[in-house]
Amino acid sequence: MSVRVQSEDFDVGREIADMRAGNPAIGAIASFVGLVRDGNEGERVSAMTLEHYPGMTEKALEAIIEQARSRWDVIDVAIVHRVGELRPTDQIVLVIVAGSHRGEAFAACEFVMDYLKTQAPFWKKEQTPQGDRWVEARTTDDAAAQRWN
Amino acid sequence: MNPTDLPPHSSELNSTTLTVLYFARLKEALGCGVERIEVPAAVDTVRALQNFLLARGGAWTAEFASTKPMRIAVNQDMAQADTALKQGDEVAFFPPVTGG
Repeated sequence: MSVRVQSEDFDVGREIADMRAGNPAIGAIASFVGLVRDGNEGERVSAMTLEHYPGMTEKALEAIIEQARSRWDVIDVAIVHRVGELRPTDQIVLVIVAGSHRGEAFAACEFVMDYLKTQAPFWKKEQTPQGDRWVEARTTDDAAAQRWN
Repeated sequence: MNPTDLPPHSSELNSTTLTVLYFARLKEALGCGVERIEVPAAVDTVRALQNFLLARGGAWTAEFASTKPMRIAVNQDMAQADTALKQGDEVAFFPPVTGG
């Protein structure tokens, strides 16, 4: 299990290679990459700044991985989340789940993202032509997390 | 060492020291990211702390009296308004999260 919060970009291929290296029990790896879009709620977004709660964020991400591991028989989970200033097309978040088979890897990967969106203390502020604005939490994200209950 | 020279137990203090953090929109509105504050011993729950901060006036009153959703963490675990507070606790207030 690995959790990293960093301002630097990440290399998806490298992260996946690191996970499968030396673990012949892994038969499937599912991954998700979240990116900065150039628009939100009808406004053009030129950049965004991601803030987090150092210490609690890592703890929350580890707790989400633990929950995923208690629900599915997965072999390994890694989360990388960036903070600081990001621009459209930049990578924001990476979730990688390794399992014996694809079923649990796909499900656990989606679960981790749904929980991350609603439970990990990160906040986005967007730069738009109308000025800077804090992104509001979406009820659709809450619904996505609740469907696992 | 004479026992009277020892620092008193926190239960004997009339006040509690807390580290309070604010994030995102709240940090901007309050102009404060982190502070160490001494509150009366009666401020022993999150709700009591919120009322204590609300009484500061200005942006503090506006934010802590607001109906906008506010999330709470105590010692880096999600908490509720009725969560108890004790000497040395780290309390954080922030808007609903928007990462990912």
